[in-house]
Amino acid sequence: MVSKDRIAEPWGARSPYGPGDEWPTRVDSYLADGISQDEVDRWVQTASILHSNGDALDIAVKDERIVGVRGRATDRVNHGRLGVKDLYGWQANASPDRLTVPLIREGGRLVETDWDTAMGRIVERTKTLLAEQGPSAVGFYTTGQLFAEEYYTLGTLAHGGLGTNHVDGNTRLCTATAAAALKESFACDGQPGSYTDIDHADVIALYGHNVAETQSVLWMRMLDRLAGPNPPKIICVDPRPTEVARHATVHLAPLPGTNVALMNGLLHEIIANGWVDHSYIEAHAVGYEELAERVKEYSPDVVATICDVPAAQIREAASILGHAERLLSTVLQGFYQSNQATAAAVQVNNVNIIRGMLGKPGCGILQMNGQPTAQNTRECGGDGDLPAFRNWSNDEHVKDLARVWNVDPMQIPHYSPPTHVMQMMRYAEDGSIRMLWVSGTNPAVSLPELRRVRSILEQERLFLVVQDIFLSETAALADVVLPAATWGEKTGTFTNVDRTVHLSEKAVEPPGQARADLDIFIDYAQRLGLKDKDGGPLIKWHDAESAFEAWKECSRGRPCDYTGITYDKLRGGSGIQWPCNEENPEGTERLYEGGNFWSSPEYCESYGRDLVTGAPVEPTEYKALNPTGKAILRAAGYLPPHEMVSEDYPFMLITGRTLYHFHTRTKTARAPQLQAAAPEVWVEVAEDDADAAGIAEGDLLRVSSPRGSIQAKARITGIRTGVVFVPFHYGYWDTDGSHGPDDAGRAANELTITDWDACSKQPIFKTAAARIERVRAADGPAPAPTNTASAPASAVGFTTHGGADAGAGEEPQERATEATR
Amino acid sequence: MKIGLALKELHRSEEELAHELLRISDRHKVDHEIFHLAKDLARWSQQHVRAIAEIGRRYDQELDPAAGSEPGAVKAMLEKSSELTGRRGPAALLLLRDLREVYTQAAGVSVDWELLAQAAQGIKHTDLLELAERCHPETLRQMRWANAKLKESATQILVS
Repeated sequence: MVSKDRIAEPWGARSPYGPGDEWPTRVDSYLADGISQDEVDRWVQTASILHSNGDALDIAVKDERIVGVRGRATDRVNHGRLGVKDLYGWQANASPDRLTVPLIREGGRLVETDWDTAMGRIVERTKTLLAEQGPSAVGFYTTGQLFAEEYYTLGTLAHGGLGTNHVDGNTRLCTATAAAALKESFACDGQPGSYTDIDHADVIALYGHNVAETQSVLWMRMLDRLAGPNPPKIICVDPRPTEVARHATVHLAPLPGTNVALMNGLLHEIIANGWVDHSYIEAHAVGYEELAERVKEYSPDVVATICDVPAAQIREAASILGHAERLLSTVLQGFYQSNQATAAAVQVNNVNIIRGMLGKPGCGILQMNGQPTAQNTRECGGDGDLPAFRNWSNDEHVKDLARVWNVDPMQIPHYSPPTHVMQMMRYAEDGSIRMLWVSGTNPAVSLPELRRVRSILEQERLFLVVQDIFLSETAALADVVLPAATWGEKTGTFTNVDRTVHLSEKAVEPPGQARADLDIFIDYAQRLGLKDKDGGPLIKWHDAESAFEAWKECSRGRPCDYTGITYDKLRGGSGIQWPCNEENPEGTERLYEGGNFWSSPEYCESYGRDLVTGAPVEPTEYKALNPTGKAILRAAGYLPPHEMVSEDYPFMLITGRTLYHFHTRTKTARAPQLQAAAPEVWVEVAEDDADAAGIAEGDLLRVSSPRGSIQAKARITGIRTGVVFVPFHYGYWDTDGSHGPDDAGRAANELTITDWDACSKQPIFKTAAARIERVRAADGPAPAPTNTASAPASAVGFTTHGGADAGAGEEPQERATEATR
Repeated sequence: MKIGLALKELHRSEEELAHELLRISDRHKVDHEIFHLAKDLARWSQQHVRAIAEIGRRYDQELDPAAGSEPGAVKAMLEKSSELTGRRGPAALLLLRDLREVYTQAAGVSVDWELLAQAAQGIKHTDLLELAERCHPETLRQMRWANAKLKESATQILVS
């Protein structure tokens, strides 16, 4: 077995393959120092929890402790490979500062208590608020990192039990636009494409999708195609010099906030040159005339001015898209967290639809997710939507859900769309939400405009419950803190971007009194005495597998049909793509084969929203637009961002991720190799801008916006001129400030604007104005990785590496069985 | 022929709608979606005002193409007071009242566009008809926006 420093070489060795071939297998592993594979007591099946790719892996257990991980060779998603965060991130589970007992606030301080006292306090407050104000006083804000069974339980108790409309997940920050864009174009969530489309595509277009860092194993698959015969052409849209950009045939770096103009320019060229599959459109789509009319005014020359991208590049990219025979399009935060998020993501769908490139090998769309279980947040009701893609504005769907839950349909709030988190924060601010239960997420660092967020969460009148595995910045503000078990300490299922469902089994006991999130939610429902309409318990399940069986019944006949899946079926082999039912017992690789959509008015999940105003489309309007259930081409004009650069704030600020961290670093900062690779915040500045301002590598800068400021060291990179980038991972839990800045700020969200896409309600993290000032000269280079999008423009005296304790196994293998693809 | 008068009336109602949208934006700065969206939607009415002023000349109407832009003077004060009252319940009731006002004004503008379109068809003035066909859908979207925001906000405001 080769030992490789995967911090230094995050994507490992190449295993080249050609179009239509099977992706070779390579098994990646990492075990704690001094332990070999044959010393491991048992291997326990699971999948990645620190990103959204859904890489299948086994946890190594020795002496009832997690000692490492190994990729699962048989799995369709990763063929044995693992990303850096999977290889090293598991170490955080055993961190000594895990929460192990419940805490309650007494005299302004959090003190240890027992479960009865902590839950008793929550239940008492809930009952008081229900009596005083009703369910509108209570909100739930969950995550994209629990399991399907847990979201379904939370959604059921909140919607069917309490009857509150205030349920959302932090998926609002990362993948709400993916869901919204799919609902706009196909009237239903659910990823049309499959990861196997990479094996077949001749063009892969990545829109605001830094896949090399967000889903590093998916990038390995693309790299292996690029290293093989007849490689695909790559189109990259990103203002940063990402690894994807470095491998791109065409790299478009538009000004942040102008994605709709760029997409309309590409569509303009495709339509004007007749690279359109008219027979497909005729048979399978509505709205073409309006789209063609709308993009008429977006000639490459016009778009070049708006986006500051050469017109020739737009023509070249459009020509590649227009001549593609098997086009795979992928989209992520560069679109989702930017101005006109949904409108831009929808135009990507439009490219594939008008080219007739759906439901065939190599022809797909991946509106990506940012988190491992985000798909389940969306499917099971954790984001406030009704479970199993039921349509809240279709009374028949509400009735059907009421039948599944055995409650009165009136009990299920469906008078308006579910309350998204930014609106919940507003209601907490105006005092009408008086209890907020946060599970597995850290809004005190991850929401925009942190000074405002802190002022809301700090309010005495708000009863804040935080359920987490560490004392996060948010937990530090809570009235009750519930210690939760995490991945490896509890059982459940979760689903990745391309609809692959994995089982994640319990490997070890959680620390101290920590409990599975599922058990906590069930306990709450029982203590509250939530009942169905016949007086039986509302939550009729008691453990992960019985919860899964209940969820399966809820999904029966819906697009995300899980009824053909069992825990046993998921054990041993590969993950399975939904829908999996009697008709598709082995799952479904691609949706929408033959142009058959789930968009009929009676069946669809959503009638869509106005791309500009966000107003939900009324049922009658939708029926008139799309009576027979076709794909919907929705056009949108470009609108400038709400915050433009000015004399005071001359730079566009974008925030984002780095390969080595996940979210607010609660786990990755506690994995030594990951933390060392990116130990502190930095700010990326373009070479020209640095020269003009007299800024050198490593200089300490103050970055300010109208909302606040942070200090960070400068990394000079090939980012486009006029744009600065700050990674959003760095908060305050490992500083003296505990939950907020004690000195200069360092969280990117001190700077971001409170504004969101009207359609998806996703906050806009990538379009704000900022200013940079030099605070003092460098005492060394910026603490940013050198082998990612933050690579320095010229050598800085070190390269990112992991050292002696980062040696990971990498073993190419013949594929033992016929691949489950 | 009274088309000139109809255009004048439409110009007035679009101008008022633009003002109303800017006003609701300023008054509800703490409701960020209202704050941002109302400004975006005011721009539609401002564009309509310009187009109406331009075509109005053919019907002997001198109409101000820049009418309906920023009300200006009271703006900063309103924003400040919005921030101060943002944590008090009764302020939320004002939001419902203001959204209702946008909705009814947009409904009025919508009717005005319909009247104009009817007249344009009667006298076969295609330019006028095209203008109505281009602008009226945006008025309807302004209306639907106000209606949707009312529906979305009403429950929380009225039951809490």
